Amino acid sequence: MTYTMWIILTASLVGLSCGLIGVYLILKKQAMMADAISHTVLLGIVSAYLVTQQMTGTAMLVGGILAGLLTAFLVQSLNNLKVQHDASLGIVFTTLFAIGVILISTSVGNVHLDVQHALMGEITFVPFATIDIPLIGAVPKATALLGLVLIVVIFFIIAFYKEWKITSFDPALAASIGIPVVFFHYLFMTLVSITTVASFDAVGAILVVAMLITPAAAAYLWTDKLVVMLFLSGGFGVLSAITGYWVATWLDTSISGSMAFATGCIFFISFIFSPKHGLISKWVRPAGVSEEQGI
Amino acid sequence: MLSNLLHTNTMWVMTSTMILGIAAGGIGCLAYWKKQNLMSDALSHAALPGVVVAFFIIQEKNLLLLVIGAAISALLGAFLIQWITNTSRITEDTAMGMILSVFYGGGVMLLAIANRSAGGNQSGLNSFIYGQAAAMVRSDVITMMVLASIVIFIIFIAFKEWKLFLFDASFAKGIGLSVRGMNVLYTTVLVTTIVIGIQAVGVILMAAMLIIPAVSARYWTHSFKMMIILSSVVGGISGAAGTWISSTGSGLPTGPFIVLVSATIFVLSLLFGKEKGIIIRFIQFKIQQRSSKEDYPLTAGKGGSQ
Repeated sequence: MTYTMWIILTASLVGLSCGLIGVYLILKKQAMMADAISHTVLLGIVSAYLVTQQMTGTAMLVGGILAGLLTAFLVQSLNNLKVQHDASLGIVFTTLFAIGVILISTSVGNVHLDVQHALMGEITFVPFATIDIPLIGAVPKATALLGLVLIVVIFFIIAFYKEWKITSFDPALAASIGIPVVFFHYLFMTLVSITTVASFDAVGAILVVAMLITPAAAAYLWTDKLVVMLFLSGGFGVLSAITGYWVATWLDTSISGSMAFATGCIFFISFIFSPKHGLISKWVRPAGVSEEQGI
Repeated sequence: MLSNLLHTNTMWVMTSTMILGIAAGGIGCLAYWKKQNLMSDALSHAALPGVVVAFFIIQEKNLLLLVIGAAISALLGAFLIQWITNTSRITEDTAMGMILSVFYGGGVMLLAIANRSAGGNQSGLNSFIYGQAAAMVRSDVITMMVLASIVIFIIFIAFKEWKLFLFDASFAKGIGLSVRGMNVLYTTVLVTTIVIGIQAVGVILMAAMLIIPAVSARYWTHSFKMMIILSSVVGGISGAAGTWISSTGSGLPTGPFIVLVSATIFVLSLLFGKEKGIIIRFIQFKIQQRSSKEDYPLTAGKGGSQ
């Protein structure tokens, strides 16, 4: 495989796994939680580095998962103490992020991490760090990690499809029929964290938010069916990853930034042209009609 | 340390972050009661493309013009969030997350081009974005102080109007106050505070300067006026103290320390706060438990004798 192919494959894996997770983020109305976790994962990665003194995939994953769970837990606790939900999010993620930045600037000393790299990602470096996987050969580390995460994400989505569906649309019903809602909440936060950590190298902390939320929001405008939304969102993710890459090479600019921008363009197109919820269809079809027909 | 403090540049920077903290604390209270805490996060990210475009046009780092560029792009972001929320079934938090990340992505794209072409790195554009108060020059400090003072002035002069606008909008309408006008003023003041703050604490941590002081102040008072004052005080203290700490070592970032100081104040307020602080609530709970035992000795003895 060539250098370009690896980059495109990595970007598509980011698009696909983020797109799938994003669907549930949107449906659970926890889009900003993704923003929070993507920032605090930085602290997890820095701590993992400080403890193990090396940047291995496993250490990063564990650190990221712990940071993500810590974020979810702290937000929940503050919320239980009657702090407004979004305020508790804002407090927790900025504080943890600040600690992460201080740790980087004081102790790690730019060895392998700098804030800018962490925030923006650098997908062009991905193909250089490879590991050998039996049967397949040399695979870039980040790509292998993303592949693994994608398999885990798909496994959990399929295995608990019904449970996710009920907890997303009607948490009260889910609790009343005996689904462990809290367990699923934290399991979901774990999935968000590992997706974020794996995408970190490729697109960076902030832009992973674009990959998580925007394709799913675009898909939400096209369909009312969960399965269709999952496929659409994953497809949009891959599409924006690939378009983003081409635009970036064309303009010679940041690949991750351009991928995020591409997701925005896809959303905007959906926002205008979607047959059910788009601007044009709303304008063409008077409001009263759609209500009468129950659309 | 003392020599550091007396160093004139540090004094200037400390004063400006303090005034910034006061302004952010005040406007943070308004955002808190409008339940728009994370809006500040979204808007500070949305300001990035504006900063870079302004830099493209003027080709130098002039704080006032960069602030104007940032404000335009943040206002565009605010408008898009409103528009998407109102006209489609996308919820507000999703819209905020999208605008935040997509605008930021666009900004990063433009920034890569700017850094390549015009020597943007040397011009301190990066420090503008990640927040390095120590990198501010005197004219930046003056611009920042003037703008922050205007914000503080607007908050305090129209105090009664803000109160009506936040707590009883229909009454405000009834006595002839333009709610729409207040909304525009609120957004403008919010955006101004955010964009002048980006220089000192950076895009990401600006949200903390608005959210944390307001929530901390909430633990000490039930009066709106006191809340604004306390929140401004907390913001001012964290601004000054954070800058001072970061000036004691070389290469220490300013923004994160400001956030850390205000987070410490928040934890203290959460524990010891006069209203609804954890310890106060625990004591009240115990007192109530005891008095209910005295009032109903039999039932309380059965149920609560663990």
